[in-house]
Amino acid sequence: MSGVHLPPAGGPPGAPEDDPPAGTPAELALEPVAEDERGTSLWRGAWRRLRRDPGAIAGAVIVLAFALVALLAPVIAPYAPAGAQWANQVTPSSVPGPSDEHLLGLDSFGSDLFTQLVYGARQSLVIGVVSTVIGLGFGAALGLLAGAFGGAVDVAVMRVVDIMLSIPSLLLAVSVAAVIGPSPTALMIAIGAAQVPIFARLLRGSMLGQRSSDYVLAASSLGLRRRRVVMSHMLPNSLSPVIVQGTLTLATAIIEVAALSYLGLGDPNPTVAEWGRMLVRAQDRLATDPHLAVLPGVCIAVTALGFTLFGEALRESLDPTFRR
Amino acid sequence: MLRFVVRRLALVVPVLLGLSVLLFAWLRALPGDPARTLLGERATPAAVERITEAYGFDRPLPTQYLTYLGKLLTGDLGTSSRTGEPVLESFLQRFPATIELAVAALLVAVVLGIPLGYVAARRHGSALDTTLVGGSLLGTVIPVFFLAYLLKLVFAVQLGWLPTAGRQDPRIDATHVTNFYVLDGLLTREWDASWDAVVHLVLPALALGTIPLAIIVRITRASVLEVTGQDYVRTAEAKGLARSLVRRRHVLRNALLPVLTTVGLQTGLLLSGAVLTETVFAINGIGSYLFDSISTLDYPVLQGFILFIALVYALVNLVVDVGYGVIDPRVRVS
Repeated sequence: MSGVHLPPAGGPPGAPEDDPPAGTPAELALEPVAEDERGTSLWRGAWRRLRRDPGAIAGAVIVLAFALVALLAPVIAPYAPAGAQWANQVTPSSVPGPSDEHLLGLDSFGSDLFTQLVYGARQSLVIGVVSTVIGLGFGAALGLLAGAFGGAVDVAVMRVVDIMLSIPSLLLAVSVAAVIGPSPTALMIAIGAAQVPIFARLLRGSMLGQRSSDYVLAASSLGLRRRRVVMSHMLPNSLSPVIVQGTLTLATAIIEVAALSYLGLGDPNPTVAEWGRMLVRAQDRLATDPHLAVLPGVCIAVTALGFTLFGEALRESLDPTFRR
Repeated sequence: MLRFVVRRLALVVPVLLGLSVLLFAWLRALPGDPARTLLGERATPAAVERITEAYGFDRPLPTQYLTYLGKLLTGDLGTSSRTGEPVLESFLQRFPATIELAVAALLVAVVLGIPLGYVAARRHGSALDTTLVGGSLLGTVIPVFFLAYLLKLVFAVQLGWLPTAGRQDPRIDATHVTNFYVLDGLLTREWDASWDAVVHLVLPALALGTIPLAIIVRITRASVLEVTGQDYVRTAEAKGLARSLVRRRHVLRNALLPVLTTVGLQTGLLLSGAVLTETVFAINGIGSYLFDSISTLDYPVLQGFILFIALVYALVNLVVDVGYGVIDPRVRVS
C-alpha cells in the first residue's frame, strides 16, 4: 500500500467520519502516523472493504438471520418439533395446506411444517459448525506441522493429505457410518473429515509463503525460539485463507448433509426436523405437494448462498492483490 | 515428456498403498468378526472358518495386511454379501453406465462452462456477467439430487419431453458390445439405439453437470480476467498482433491452466454426484449399486467402491497433470 496521504479511493470527497480532522495540506503531511497505523491492519482494511460490498452485506444478512432463527427456534416456532401431533390429518395422497393454526400446513408425518423448518435451521447450524470445527481443527494442525517444519515432515504429512483427498467425502461418510452406525454424529465426523485435507493444504501453502519473508528472518535472527516464531508470527499471518475456507465449509456442510441423508446415512429418526431429511422424504409427494420439498430445498440453498457470498467477499477483501 | 509421465505415475503408487492401509484399518475397525463382516449376517460357521483361514484373520496383523494386499493386487475384491456375486465382476459390468453419465455431465460442464466464463470475463461488469456469476453461485448451492428430481418432475413427468428413467427404451432391441450404450449403437450402426441412449442421458447429465458447470464458469471467468491484465497480453497487443490471435494463443491458453486443474479436482465430486443422480434416474451404474449396498452395509462392495473411485481419481489427476505438461512446457522441466 503506497500513497498514504491520499484519501481512500472511491470515498466521498467530504472526508468520512473516521478521518482525522483535516487541516491545511502542510498539517496533513505531518499527521499521517495515525492514519498509517490504521491503514496497515489487514483486518481493518478488509472490514472497510466488506462494508462497501453488496454481496458481503447480503451474505451477512442471510447468515445473521439464519443464526438468529437457529438460536431462537423455541421462541419463533409455535409448536414442539418432530411431534407428528396431527398425523391423523395426513393421508397417503395429500397433506393439509396452510391454515390458521399451521402457517405452512403440515408435513407428511403430521408435524407443523413451519416449526420443522425453524428447528431445521438449528440442526443445520449445529452440524455445520461442529463439522467445520472438526475439519478446521485437524486440518490446521496438520498444515501447521507441515508448514512449520518443512522438509521430511512436510513430505510425509502431504502424502497423507493426498491420500485423504483421493477419498470422496461421500465414501468417507459411508465408511464412518459403517463403523459407528448412521447418526448425526457420524454425519458431522464424515463431513468434517472430508474437509481436513483441504484445510491442511491451505494452511501449509500459506505458511510456506511466510517462511521466506523478511519479518520471519528478522524474528529468527533476533534469537526468538522457533515455536515463538511459528506460533506468534507465521501462524497469525497465514490464517486468513483458513478463515475464508471455514466460512465456505459451513455452506458445503449444509448441502452435504442433504446428500448424505438421501443415502440413508443421516439421523435414523424419519420425523426429525432437519432440512436434508425433510427434502428427502418429501420426494414421494413431489407431484402432489411440491412445497414439502421445495421449502426445505430453498432453505438449504439460501443458507448455503449466504455463507458462500460472505466467504467469497471475505476472501476478496482479505486478498491484497485483489482490487477492483 | 515420457520421463515426466513416468515420474508422475510413480507418485500414484504410494498414494494407493497408503489407501490400502487405511482400507485395511477400516475393515478391522468395523464392529464384529471381520470374516463375518465380509460374508454377511447369515454366514455358516464353516464358511466363516474358511474365510478366516483364507484371509489369515487368525495371524498377526502385518501378515494379515500383506495377504489382504495380495488379494487386492490380484483383483480379488471378495463377493457381495447381498447378491453373492463377485464384486469386481459387478463393478466392471456397471462401470460403463457411470462413466457414460460422468463424461456426459463433464461435457455439459466444459462445453457450456468455458465459453460462458469467457464471455462473462470479456463483458466484465455487464448485466450478462452479473447474471452468469449469480447463476453459477446458485448452481453450487442446490443439492444435486434435489435438482435431479426437479428436472425429472418438470421435463419428464409434466412436459413429457424426455424419458423419466433408465438408460434406453427396453423396447429397442439393441446389441451391447461394450456396455457403453451410446458407443454400442455407433459400433453396430444401430443409430436409433444410440440416439435413444443420448436422449436418456440428457436430464441426468444436466443434473450432474450443474456443479462442475458452475465452478468452471467461475474459474474460467476469474482466470481470463487475471490473464487479460498481464503484461505479456499488453505486449502482444502493442506488437499489433491480431485480436483473435492474442485471445486464442495468449489469453485463452494461459487461462485454461487453472480450469484444467479444477476439472481434475471435480472427478471425486462427479462420481459422488453420480451415486445420487443414478438413483434418481434409475440408471444401473456403480452409483445405484453403492446406494443399494449402503442400507445393507455390504462391506466388500463398499470397500471395492472406495478403491475404485480412488484409482479413477488418481488416474484422472495423472491425465490432468500430463495435460498440464502439454499446455505449459514449464511444468515438464521442473
